[in-house]
Amino acid sequence: MAELKLTDIKKSYGATTIIHGIDLAIEDGEFVVFVGPSGCGKSTLLRIIAGLETVSGGDIRIDGQSVTNVPASDRGLAMVFQSYALYPHMSVYKNMAFALENMGLGRAEIDQRVRRAAQMLRLTDYLDRKPKALSGGQRQRVAIGRAIVRDPKIFLFDEPLSNLDAELRVATRKELAALHGEIGGTMIYVTHDQVEAMTLADRIVVLHAGRIEQIGTPLEVYNHPANLFVAGFIGSPRMNLLPARVTGPAQVTIGDGSQTVAVPSTGQASSGDAITLGARPEHIDVVDESQADLVIAIDLVEQLGGETYLYGSAPGLPQITVRKDGQAGYDRGQRIGLRLKRDALHLFDAGGNAIRVR
Amino acid sequence: MTLTSKTSPATSPAPAASLAPSRGANPVLKLVTRILDWPMAGLQRLIGERRMPYVFLLPNLVFFGLFVFVPIAINFVYSVTGGPALFPSERPYVGADQYSYLFDCGSYVDPNTCREDHFWRGVYNTLFFSFFQVVAMVGLSLLTAVVLNMKIRGRGFFRAVYFFPVLLSPVVVALIWKWILQRDGLLNAAIMGLGGERTLFLTEPGWAMFWAIFVSVWAHMGFYTLILLAGLQAIPSDIYEAAEMDATPRWRVFWRLTLPLLWPNLIVVIVLSLIRAVQTFDEVFVLTGGGPGTSTLMVVQYIYETAFSNQVQNFGLAAAASVVLGIVLFALTLAQLAFTQRKSS
Amino acid sequence: MNIAHLVTARRNPKGWHWTDIAAYTYLVLGVVLMFGPVLWLVLSSFKTQASLLEFPPSLLPLSQKEVVVTGYPQPLPLFTVTMEDGTKRELAQVRRIGIQAQMVDPANPSQQFRVAIDKRTPVRQFSLATENYSEPLQRFAFPRFLANSVFVTVVATLITLLINSMAAYALSIYEFKGKNAAMLMVIGTLMIPITIILVPVYLVVTKLGLVNSLWAVILPGAATPTGVFLLRQYMLTLPRDLIEAARMDKASEWQIYWRIVMPLTLPALAVLTIFSIMWRWNEFLWPLAVLTKTESYTLQIGLNAFQGELQTQWQYLLAMTVMTLTPVALVFVFLQRFITTGIANTGMK
Repeated sequence: MAELKLTDIKKSYGATTIIHGIDLAIEDGEFVVFVGPSGCGKSTLLRIIAGLETVSGGDIRIDGQSVTNVPASDRGLAMVFQSYALYPHMSVYKNMAFALENMGLGRAEIDQRVRRAAQMLRLTDYLDRKPKALSGGQRQRVAIGRAIVRDPKIFLFDEPLSNLDAELRVATRKELAALHGEIGGTMIYVTHDQVEAMTLADRIVVLHAGRIEQIGTPLEVYNHPANLFVAGFIGSPRMNLLPARVTGPAQVTIGDGSQTVAVPSTGQASSGDAITLGARPEHIDVVDESQADLVIAIDLVEQLGGETYLYGSAPGLPQITVRKDGQAGYDRGQRIGLRLKRDALHLFDAGGNAIRVR
Repeated sequence: MTLTSKTSPATSPAPAASLAPSRGANPVLKLVTRILDWPMAGLQRLIGERRMPYVFLLPNLVFFGLFVFVPIAINFVYSVTGGPALFPSERPYVGADQYSYLFDCGSYVDPNTCREDHFWRGVYNTLFFSFFQVVAMVGLSLLTAVVLNMKIRGRGFFRAVYFFPVLLSPVVVALIWKWILQRDGLLNAAIMGLGGERTLFLTEPGWAMFWAIFVSVWAHMGFYTLILLAGLQAIPSDIYEAAEMDATPRWRVFWRLTLPLLWPNLIVVIVLSLIRAVQTFDEVFVLTGGGPGTSTLMVVQYIYETAFSNQVQNFGLAAAASVVLGIVLFALTLAQLAFTQRKSS
Repeated sequence: MNIAHLVTARRNPKGWHWTDIAAYTYLVLGVVLMFGPVLWLVLSSFKTQASLLEFPPSLLPLSQKEVVVTGYPQPLPLFTVTMEDGTKRELAQVRRIGIQAQMVDPANPSQQFRVAIDKRTPVRQFSLATENYSEPLQRFAFPRFLANSVFVTVVATLITLLINSMAAYALSIYEFKGKNAAMLMVIGTLMIPITIILVPVYLVVTKLGLVNSLWAVILPGAATPTGVFLLRQYMLTLPRDLIEAARMDKASEWQIYWRIVMPLTLPALAVLTIFSIMWRWNEFLWPLAVLTKTESYTLQIGLNAFQGELQTQWQYLLAMTVMTLTPVALVFVFLQRFITTGIANTGMK
């Protein structure tokens, strides 16, 4: 268990810069998830923490000790790889014992640790099997077990669930959360899947193009996205982002400008400025056209049983998604009026940064 | 099943297990397999992880240095010095004399007009031999691989039969064929049995060259067949199924699908067989002794004999000839490498 | 699609296409051509000196039948004789005088005949001239050559496996300064046959005081560029994650090499082992140059020396050739599947 502090971490390959100066402090026992689209640098950042990549600049401290120039093998961290990286020629037992042997532990100690981890991960019956003879979920658990037995300072996970099928992914996700509750180590977890990020994290770090876009608890990030990127990335289906123009204090127009929407605040933006109005699909009500902020023609209706998604278009606006609870009967081509929930609106200035409205 | 391919790189990890010391393994074996763990870990602490690759590279490079690079350097020294002495320090410097002697020709197309006519005969024989040997080798091994890749019963057996001669030593190969091709050998018996005339296969120049090429192809074909067969089997069968759905004729499947997909393997086969052909010595040497006369004398045999078995051991001239051969081989490699790189990218 | 093919394929989808017939014909022809010469060698090696000189040769090792006839101390060779009246009898030959032979009836030793030699043909039976094998084993230093070859092959292969795999590991797993130069050196040596540098290598070996020692044969070829290439290509296919996982598991670089990479490279190592055994067992030119004393000869050099010395004694030469190829043949018979699939798996790209 340990805390981690990154100061101005940079990484470039030749002229290409992958990581542009990242500052981050992770507390002892915290579960932090790095999330972002592919190519955002989240895996590189994890590998830099692990010591598998060198940095081009900056400092990494574990428990106050600088480890920037310490090789991976001496940092005392454990990593679960996306491919699991199980040693194919070793049994499950050997896979878990390998690191312990390298640490120079005694045979009894190794045996005790391996068996305890195996117990925890329900792998006791498979200790003599080779990885090839295991199912995907079992392999995944071996990979986690290999990290647990080490009792590392920090656990690193590199998209550990992405090779599992959907059902197993959900089950393993829950197990991971339970595991963190049980052993309580500092964990850093990389994923591109925002559901994993939302459900597992104490704090989410949203990365984009080698920079941190926002750090916060899952709900902070969801409720108060710091900028357009985070707003668009977190939440599924995506937040509706509508181009708008400030027409007065706390007043904007959307679309072709025919409809004025009153907003709680427009912050620093002055009249005539172009801004972006954000509304999550669940924060839009279907109303009578007379009360509507805008009117759309339905392009597509998705019935998921428990909820219904309506996709529609209005002149001058991108496609708009609306979420309705339960099973709602709408037809393609039907015109409906929409009203944005005023207390859940997001506003972003021309630079893409959130305007604090609440 | 992306999982399988990612987590089990070894296609057959079963035998691999035997090497890894397992729980409760023989302690002696364990000691032997781990004897270098401690010193190597200590070395790593001492010099750092980043310098370890040099440690791994070192033994091989020492061998390369001692038995390849130092000799190449000495070879240059030999080629610019004269006299019969073995140690370079005792040899007088003669400049480019050895080379000019080697290249002193009335006309390079006619070895008879050269002062060192044996060298030039060796060159032309080697060129002739290499060209036809490589063509025959690639053609036949491709044909054999394609045939073996068909749905053939007993494929394993046939593959083994073609591969078998690869394991035989050049001396054994040459003796086997010498026994068949000799004056009273099996082949002459068969020919005369069918009413033909006795032919002196190894003492008529044309025939001697033919059999040198034949025996060489016979001995090495199986290896190249195996490489090409592996390449053919690596072509996913759904490609062929797709072609079948498109009603592609068989010959078109071969020319437009099989050959392009097999190209990397074909390059390997061409390069390897060419390298071997240019270096040919032992089989032909034991089979014909370079004869009759000089009609199957190869460059390498010329070098060997000039340096070791002639009455006057002319190390300088042999070295000069080998430098020339080395330059040709080097140029050939670069051309081939460039070609392979371009094709693969 | 070929119309004929379409028709036949429809009529009988499991029938024989002409290409199948051509393929099997080709293969059967191949078996005769590839296997026949070796078979002929083996058959010939069991023939007596006399029957080796026959022309046309007999297919099987045959020798003339001999009978013991009362009144004659030595066994006599048996012939089928066409008598003057056209009948055929089996007679034993007592002696030959010019174009006449003095024959005796084995059943009735008192009865003697004079027969023109072209009227008799030898009675022959299948018999293996095993003395072709036993005599060289006693008369020549053949067992010594065998021991030398085994020593060279085993030791050289072990050294090759170790240092080649170490170099391949460095060149496949790491990025380091001078890597390209090292790769270039390996590529360079690939094109330098020992023939080209025969004299200077001889000089180096002389300087090291190794002439006529088996180490002079073992050491120069231990670092093979082919081996480095073959192993490197295979190691490149190992997932990087495995190496990094081991590094995270506090394994030293040596342990990564020895306990992770080596076991996983086993298929390629097996191929290199077989290659190395083949190269070393069959090596000819370099031992020929560096080994000048009979007691340090390897099998191949011994065989070549016999070829020179025993030019008229094909029976010994053939038998020793068979003995030289037998170990390789045995290895092949038992490891055939492993060898071929090993080469196939390694890809050799």
